[in-house]
Amino acid sequence: MNTVADRLRPLTGHRLFWPAVVLVVMIAANTVYRPGFLAVEVKNGHLYGTPVDILRLSAPLILVALGMTLVIATGGIDLSVGSLCAISGAIACLHISGAADQNSPATVATALALAFGAALVLGAWNGVLVSVIGIQPIIATLILMVAGRGIAQLVTEGQIITINSGPYRAIGLGSFLTLPLAILIALAAALLVAAFTRRTALGLIVESVGGNAEASRLAGIRSRRVIFLVYVVSAACAAVAGFMVTANVSSADGNAAGLWIELDAILAVVIGGTSLAGGRFSLSGTVLGALIIQTLTTTVYAMNISPQTSLLFKAVVVIAVCLVQAPAFRARFRRRRRGGVEPGPAAPQREKEQVPA
Amino acid sequence: MSSTTLSAVRSWRPSLPRRHVPVLATLALLLVMYGVGVSQYRAFSNVQVVFNVFIDNGFMLVVAVGMTFVILTGGIDLSVGSVVAMTAMVSAALLRDGLPAGLVLVVALLIGPALGFLMGCAIHFFEIQPFIVTLAGMFFARGMCTFISDASISITDGFWTGMSQERIGNPAGNFVSISVLIAFAVVLVAAYVLAYTRFGRNVYAVGGNAQSALLMGLPVGRTRIAVYTISGLCSAIGGILLSFYTLSGAPLIAVGMELDVIAAVVIGGTVLTGGSGYVFGTVLGVLVLGVIQTLITFDGSLNSWWTKIVIGGLLFAFILLQRLIGIRFK
Repeated sequence: MNTVADRLRPLTGHRLFWPAVVLVVMIAANTVYRPGFLAVEVKNGHLYGTPVDILRLSAPLILVALGMTLVIATGGIDLSVGSLCAISGAIACLHISGAADQNSPATVATALALAFGAALVLGAWNGVLVSVIGIQPIIATLILMVAGRGIAQLVTEGQIITINSGPYRAIGLGSFLTLPLAILIALAAALLVAAFTRRTALGLIVESVGGNAEASRLAGIRSRRVIFLVYVVSAACAAVAGFMVTANVSSADGNAAGLWIELDAILAVVIGGTSLAGGRFSLSGTVLGALIIQTLTTTVYAMNISPQTSLLFKAVVVIAVCLVQAPAFRARFRRRRRGGVEPGPAAPQREKEQVPA
Repeated sequence: MSSTTLSAVRSWRPSLPRRHVPVLATLALLLVMYGVGVSQYRAFSNVQVVFNVFIDNGFMLVVAVGMTFVILTGGIDLSVGSVVAMTAMVSAALLRDGLPAGLVLVVALLIGPALGFLMGCAIHFFEIQPFIVTLAGMFFARGMCTFISDASISITDGFWTGMSQERIGNPAGNFVSISVLIAFAVVLVAAYVLAYTRFGRNVYAVGGNAQSALLMGLPVGRTRIAVYTISGLCSAIGGILLSFYTLSGAPLIAVGMELDVIAAVVIGGTVLTGGSGYVFGTVLGVLVLGVIQTLITFDGSLNSWWTKIVIGGLLFAFILLQRLIGIRFK
C-alpha cells in the first residue's frame, strides 16, 4: 500500500491535483443527477449545451481572477475589481446608447477604448496608492470599491442603461469558429499573461516582489514599478470582464454589474493554489479555480436553489480549500496519523520546493 | 542629563499627542459638516436631526464597536453585515413560528458569537488569514439568510413592536428610541473594557506586535479568538436592533454593510494595521457617515450614490492622514 502511495505521490503532490479532482467529481455528480449534463450539440454553427454555458459564463471570472492572481502574487489584493467592472460596463454602454448608430463597429470600438482607458486610469490610482504612498492594498482598493459603485451609478445616473448593439452583444454572446467568443477572449488573455510571466523573467520578478519587496528592491528590481503595474493589469482585466458582463444582458446596471466578483476571483485564486501571502502563483490553477466556482454556481442553479443560497456552498468550499492548504492544519492532521507510518516530508517544505510550471 | 532637558524643552511646545490627531481631525470634520448643515438648512439645527442620526445608525454603531476590537488586533471581519442580516432573519423566522420573545432573543444573540468564535479558532489554530475566514463566514451567514426564507418576514410580536415604537424623550418633544440607549450601553462597556481592563491592553498589545505580545507571555490566541467572538456578539446585537428598526427580517438587508463599518472605524482614526485607536473615534466615524447621509437627504438634489463617493473620498483622506502621521513618527 505504501508503494502505491509512493508511486502516486508525484501526481497527488501536484498543485493542480486536488482542484482537478474537485472539478471532475462535481461534473460526475452533475452527470449522475442530470444525464443530459454533458450533452453538446451544434445548432446554426453555434455550440449549445451546459458545458459550453459554463465556459461562456466563467469567462469574466477567469479574466478578473487572472489580474487578481498577479496582484496576490505580489502580496497584495484588489477589492475594487467588481466596481471597475461596473464602471467600465457603464461607460461603454453610456457611449453606445448615445450614439446615432448603435450597430456601427466604430462606435463600439470608441466605447470600448473610452471605458478601457478609464479603467487603466483607475488601476493606476490603485497602483499609486499601494506602491508610492504605501497604503495597505486591502484598504487602498477598498476606497475604490466603495466609491466605484457610486461612480458607476453616477455614470448611469442611477438608471439601467439598455442598449441594442450587435457588435457589443457579441462580446458576451457571440461565437467564433463555433466557440463562444467570451471564452476565446478569456483564453487569449490567459495565454498573453502566461507568455509574459512565464516566457520572460516578469513572473519571477513578480514572485520575488511578493516574497519580499524590500529585498527585491535591494537586489535591483524596481519593486514599486512592478507593484504599480499589476494593479493596472488587474484593472484592465476587470474592464474587459465588465464588457462581457454588460454585453451578456445588453445593459449596464451600476449596482449589480460585477457584484461579488472580487470575492469569487479571490476564491478562484486561492483554490488554484496561489498563496494569499504572495510570492508564488499559478495561472493554470486560477483558471481551474474559476471553472470550479462557475460549475458550482451552475450546479446550484440547476438544482433550483436560489442564487443567494449558493453562497452557503461557496462557504463550505472556501473553508475546505483553505484548511487543506493551511500548513498548520496539515501538520496537525499528519501528527495524528503518523503512528506507525513513515514520517514523510513535511508538507510546507515540499510546497516551497515546488517550482512553478 | 541632556536628554531630560531636551524632553523638557520639547514638552514646552503646545503639541497634541500624535495618536490623538486622527480622532481630533474626525471631530473637527464632524463639527464642520454640522456647521455647514446648520448654515444651509434652517431645520438642520433642530435637536431631533441629531437624534435621528443616532436612531438611524444605532445598529451600525454597535457593529462598528465590535469591528473596532477586531481591527485593533490587526485583523478584519468581513462577516458582520451578513451576521446582522442572519440575526434579524432568525429572529423574524422564530417569532413567526410562535416562540416566546425572550427565547428568540437568547437564540439570536448566541448564533453570532458562536460563528465568531469558530472563525477566531480557524484564524488562530490553522493560521488562515482573517480576510479569507471571515469571507467564508460572510458567505455562510448570507447563504443561511436565503436558506431560511427567500422573502422578507415581518415581525408582529408584541415585545418587538413595543421596543420599536417606544419613544424616550424630553418635554420639548424630541425623542430617541430604545435602540439608541442599547447602542450607548454597548459603546460605554466597550470603551471601559478597552481602556481599563487587562483584556483591553492585550488587544492593543496583540495589534501592536503579536510576536512581542507572545514573548511577553500575553494570551495572544485567546485574545484573538475573543475579539472575533465579540465582533460576532456585536453583530448579533446590531441585528436585533435592526429588526427593532425595520420590524422585519429580509435576506438581502445590510449587504455591503461591512465596508461602511470598516470605513467608519478607519475614519474614526483606528489604524488598520492594529494597535492604535479608540471606541470614541468609531462613534465619531459612524456619526460622520450618518451626517453625510443627512446632508444629502436635506439637499434633495444630490443622489444617494454621492454618499458612496464621499465616503470613498473621506476614507482616502483619513488613510493618507494616518500615513503622514506614521511617516513623521518614523
